[in-house]
Amino acid sequence: MLGPIQYVIWFLCTLLEAIVVVCAIRGKVFRRYIFLNIYMTAEVVASMVRFDILHRYGFQSSTYAYFYYYSDALLTILLFFALSSLYSDVFGELNAERYVQLGAVLLLAGTALFSFAVVQQSSSKLLTHFVFEISQNLYFVGLVLTYILWAAILKLRETRTRLIQLVLSLGVYFSLYAANYALRNLYPSVSSLFEWLNPLIGCFLPAAWSYAFWRLPEDARLAPAGLAVAQR
Amino acid sequence: MTAAFILICSLGFLLMFFVSYCRSLLATSSAEALSQEVRDVTGIVTTVAPEDFARVMQLLHLCPDRPEERGRIRTVSAYYGFLGVMRATIAAASPSLKSWADRERAQCGYFAAVVLGRRIAFSRDLLAQQMMP
Repeated sequence: MLGPIQYVIWFLCTLLEAIVVVCAIRGKVFRRYIFLNIYMTAEVVASMVRFDILHRYGFQSSTYAYFYYYSDALLTILLFFALSSLYSDVFGELNAERYVQLGAVLLLAGTALFSFAVVQQSSSKLLTHFVFEISQNLYFVGLVLTYILWAAILKLRETRTRLIQLVLSLGVYFSLYAANYALRNLYPSVSSLFEWLNPLIGCFLPAAWSYAFWRLPEDARLAPAGLAVAQR
Repeated sequence: MTAAFILICSLGFLLMFFVSYCRSLLATSSAEALSQEVRDVTGIVTTVAPEDFARVMQLLHLCPDRPEERGRIRTVSAYYGFLGVMRATIAAASPSLKSWADRERAQCGYFAAVVLGRRIAFSRDLLAQQMMP
């Protein structure tokens, strides 16, 4: 059963996700960052449906558990496409959009196949474990892709402050989630301890993105070389 | 095995992205000059010292809160805390890392002073609105 604090975090997270979309519409950048906004809208919808299922069937029900993990896998795939749209943005001037999209689809298919191969060897609950495995692996692939994108931003001397903050916050979010999933996989006996971290981590991305859409003007610029941990 | 590999890599990436993200937050305020009023209040004469952050934060808490800054202040506070831990542990063996941590801590102090300046201006506007007939 969820406690009042968990409900508050959940509500806050959903509110922040809605704020991202509102800020993007207000700042007239909804279409420019369409995949990011589709992802945030899907998060809000999934959150509302989850709440409805929780209310009807209860936290311990298999319906809630199935919906939670399946919707999480779908949302991760959507976030994966949001990331590929950021790639298109950074590589836009090189006319490499088609290659980026093709690469994203191939990587997604490869991750799904790898997850299926891992699960097939080790689990009797094939589909359920597959959904969990693909989420964990996609978070990690997303994390590696975000790192490559960050390296490309540094290399191409991309200066758009908003784009830089969107990418960096996505990197923090992916790393937190990937680490959390890995911990739950490594220590299944104490997975409930890490489970309550999920909604807290989930608040970070919408908070960072709403700040980026709300407070940073599209024409704001900064030198990305000064942000790298190892100075260039 | 896969999960352990993912965990180690994720923690390494997390550190890198967190530092870069915090530096991007600090960079947005570094272009703003400190007003004389903020310098008088904080006692910052020329440059911000690495230890100024905590003092400026105390002054910041005396001013009316602005919700839009809360998230950034929390993130930068966490970054300052992380730098403090790093300075006291790993950086103790490396002078270059220590001076880097000090520069970053001073940047956090500068960020806090810029936010303080904004809050003072915000409070003054609020007061002016209340004084209007």
